[in-house]
Amino acid sequence: MPKGELIYRQRRATRVTHWLWAVCLFFLLFSGLQIFNAHPVLQIGQESGFDYDNAIARFEVPSALTMPSGRSLATGRVIHFFFGWVLVGTLGVWLVASIWNGHFRALIPTLADLRALPRNVADHIRLRFHHSRDYNVLQKLAYAGVLFVVLPGIVATGLTMSPGFNAVAPWLLDIFGGRQTARTLHFGLMLALVLFFVVHMAMILLAGPLNEIRSIVTGWYRVGGDSDDHAA
Amino acid sequence: MITRRNLLLGAAASLPGCTLLDGLTRDSAMRAFLQSAEHLTMAAQRLLMGDALAPEFTAADIRQGQHPNGSVAVDSAEYSALQAGGFAQYRLEVGGLVERPMAIPYAALTALPARTQITRHDCVEGWSCIAKWTGVPLALILDQARPLLAARYVVFHCFDAIEKGLSGEVFYYESIDMVDARHPQTILAYGMNDRALPVVNGAPLRLRVERQLGYKMAKFVKRIELVDSLAGLGAGRGSYWADRGYEWYAGI
Repeated sequence: MPKGELIYRQRRATRVTHWLWAVCLFFLLFSGLQIFNAHPVLQIGQESGFDYDNAIARFEVPSALTMPSGRSLATGRVIHFFFGWVLVGTLGVWLVASIWNGHFRALIPTLADLRALPRNVADHIRLRFHHSRDYNVLQKLAYAGVLFVVLPGIVATGLTMSPGFNAVAPWLLDIFGGRQTARTLHFGLMLALVLFFVVHMAMILLAGPLNEIRSIVTGWYRVGGDSDDHAA
Repeated sequence: MITRRNLLLGAAASLPGCTLLDGLTRDSAMRAFLQSAEHLTMAAQRLLMGDALAPEFTAADIRQGQHPNGSVAVDSAEYSALQAGGFAQYRLEVGGLVERPMAIPYAALTALPARTQITRHDCVEGWSCIAKWTGVPLALILDQARPLLAARYVVFHCFDAIEKGLSGEVFYYESIDMVDARHPQTILAYGMNDRALPVVNGAPLRLRVERQLGYKMAKFVKRIELVDSLAGLGAGRGSYWADRGYEWYAGI
């Protein structure tokens, strides 16, 4: 494999915020599952049906996946809301820094990107990765989807469950169709983040983990040297 | 035998580091630090909400009775006697840091100007239930009792023993600050869904604080006390559940 040139690809703000929300999402996921288990059912509507059924799923999350591992709703809430604040703060810092340093634009697919979409998909299916300065269109769509849709959505649906925030922004209840629907959507967006994480890890492993991890830790990334060999 | 290998296997069985924060279930500096986010939540919500009302619903949204939770009965001779008389002998005591301590008879309470609101009750567990609540605005009671300037919190002492331990009974207690106490939707409800408040839902009187979670809305209210500090109440955090690790400000 030909050695390409090392370029400075990820700025400090991008790297620091990446790791901050990696930590946040880890704690938010497992403390959230603890909170879920206090009412282990997903429902649709403003309220929970006791005399009628508006459940779409009933299941309990194994304690191995809850934080803390024993039953403690109070502690789960303490962890969840602390890291919720850190996540929101990190998103704010990321947004300002990314608009400032141009990283924001790097996530928006261009027309040329969209035209290249079929070939990009085909390349990914054949595990043929091109290492260039810019993100490819599938990366842009995935990262933009997480940063502009899933993360704001999971924060908004979380706030929709807050009786205090309902007084601030009652229209959130209209957008999401009620508190219990918002809770169900919050859970669904969590699953979307878990799916993103799995694909994210798979892509790093397939595209050359050392180069990928170096770029998000130090900022330096080796371009060129297309990894056709991985497809073998 | 506990070996390092067994410990590692145990940690691996309880997947990815979920036991990492198990120590947090007990009081510690770390827990206090993480829980301090509650102050940020309260400051942010208060800044944004001002006097805004909690969403109110319509009669068509009431599809079931109010789901009872917490204490659903009171086991005391005093309460049983009151209940047998349809709470006609009940008097709401108002004391502490007020100019005029009072004991308001049930008939006088229900004769005061009432407020009726159809609101959603949100339990900390995650469920919600919509019901119609009728009661006297707490602000009216406060206006009559005239709190002293030093009064910062309204404490609710309840009939129900939520805990019966070796050290005796623990009666439910809760508190709110003057901002929530004077909010127009903060009422002492004696009616629910167009009928007298049922015992399982906290008769004769239960607090409604619509911008917070259910555990703030004390049932079976016996006595109201105005105080300048929550230090002397329970373990000092201002509420039965706050003393057990939950947030005192339950707006989320």
